[in-house]
Amino acid sequence: MKRTDIVKTLLLVLVTGWFLVLIMVPVFGIMQEAIKFGLANVLSSLMTPHARHAFLLTLWITVAAVVINSIFGIILAVVLVKQNFKGKLFIEGLLDLPFAVSPVVAGFMFIILFGPQGLIGSWFEGQGIKIIYALPGMIIATLFVTLPFVAREVMPVLRESGLEQEEAAYVLGASRWQAFWRVTLPSVKWGLIYGVTLTVARAIGEFGAVIVVSGNIINRTQTVPLHIHQEFTDFNYGGAYSAALLLAVISFTLLITLQTIYRRTDRV
Amino acid sequence: MNGRASPSNRATNSDLVLRSLSFGYIGLLIVLPIIAMVVRSLEGGLAALWADMTLPPAIYSLKLTISTALIMVAINVVTGTATAWVLVRYSFPGKNLMNALIDLPFAMPTIVTGIMLVAVYGPRSMIGGFFQRYGYEIMFNKPGIILALMFVTFPFVVRAVQPVLIEMDKDMEEAARTLGASSVTIFLRVVIPSLLPSILTGAALSFSRALGEFGSIIMVAGNIPFKTQVASVYIYGEIESYNPQGALGLSVVLLLFSFVTLMVINVLQYWSRRHEKN
Repeated sequence: MKRTDIVKTLLLVLVTGWFLVLIMVPVFGIMQEAIKFGLANVLSSLMTPHARHAFLLTLWITVAAVVINSIFGIILAVVLVKQNFKGKLFIEGLLDLPFAVSPVVAGFMFIILFGPQGLIGSWFEGQGIKIIYALPGMIIATLFVTLPFVAREVMPVLRESGLEQEEAAYVLGASRWQAFWRVTLPSVKWGLIYGVTLTVARAIGEFGAVIVVSGNIINRTQTVPLHIHQEFTDFNYGGAYSAALLLAVISFTLLITLQTIYRRTDRV
Repeated sequence: MNGRASPSNRATNSDLVLRSLSFGYIGLLIVLPIIAMVVRSLEGGLAALWADMTLPPAIYSLKLTISTALIMVAINVVTGTATAWVLVRYSFPGKNLMNALIDLPFAMPTIVTGIMLVAVYGPRSMIGGFFQRYGYEIMFNKPGIILALMFVTFPFVVRAVQPVLIEMDKDMEEAARTLGASSVTIFLRVVIPSLLPSILTGAALSFSRALGEFGSIIMVAGNIPFKTQVASVYIYGEIESYNPQGALGLSVVLLLFSFVTLMVINVLQYWSRRHEKN
């Protein structure tokens, strides 16, 4: 008995120690850098025109990604759960692909397709609409990397809720539309909120795919992660640490939100 | 029964509309871009594509990517399984907090991860400065890459193993103990085999993520050919220097890896679900 206690304590110390060094020390490291820089400096570096432009741009892209991927995510979930058709498993497999593809490769694919010489991009170029090195391309890249979240979170909830309630609604004379708004949507509410939170977390932090399609133009196509990278390469470390700390705080808040929803819905 | 009540058997018009929207969205955002890339990469002929793939810096970056990913996987398999074990089997103060913070790397933007690691291990930092004095660089060097990969993929193995460990019956372990097996034997012969499918799933997810990781690596490793240039950074460099043709070779290779790892992960998940049922 005594020996197993020693093994237990040793393992506990090793695991928590490893976790602290690998994950928590870097978090404290960035806090320390920001404190060294000074609170007033942190605030003023977040208020520069570059920084403000970057935060606004990130906000718009995130809103666009949340709205579009919520709509299509719910549609995808409904189709994949409630309908039977050939090739359903193939579509499900494709749905996971954005998680497996390197963000840089994803951005590159969009340059090839939507760039000035691309299959679709050349047509838009003819209409005077720029997709790549402009906002539409950045939104498309963000849509790609966040595509699976809502669909993947709504699907299991939809599967569990089953068809009975909707059928009851139909029997009581509800239209399809009414059944969707009054029955289906409320039943998948928590799955949707969870998926949206994951989408927000990824959208505000996406770097690789966005830097490739945006062309990384200062004050025009730089989101917050690109702005942090720019400040860092310009040796403006204080500015980089300030913006990074703010993103870290936002991400941390989103993580807590996720954990709260998780406990609320009693999944695990 | 009302015809509308069972939409899963016969497709109504609105079913078809929703299905077309789904196909259209997946087609536009996932299928068409992949087809466009494959077509573009084959335009110059297979020989040209092969030549791009086998350029010395490209080959080096691919080897570096795979070797650092494998080292990370070896470390994460051990530490991740141990972490899951401690979180499920032991009770200690701060356990709930630690359990909640395991997912932190998933929530953190990759560029922020990179900045954090530079702040702690960079040449200007206390730890990094200490190593520097002894002529040892962590950042802008291979250990930095492995460190970044370990951080961003840390939750995968933990979160794959944890639920299986919670569900696992202690009966088998008890039985083995009654039959006189030592703790080590029980761990190696009873626990590890039941956890294997989930450990491998976590390892495959970590590996897949590591092959494509970009944001954190460009911060901690920079872009030094034949030293710290991993595949994703090489591709980015070629696109940035207006040589997209040169980026195609490795992009196709990484895309192929994505397909393969996705299939492997699906097979592993199928296997572990069957394992759970038995």
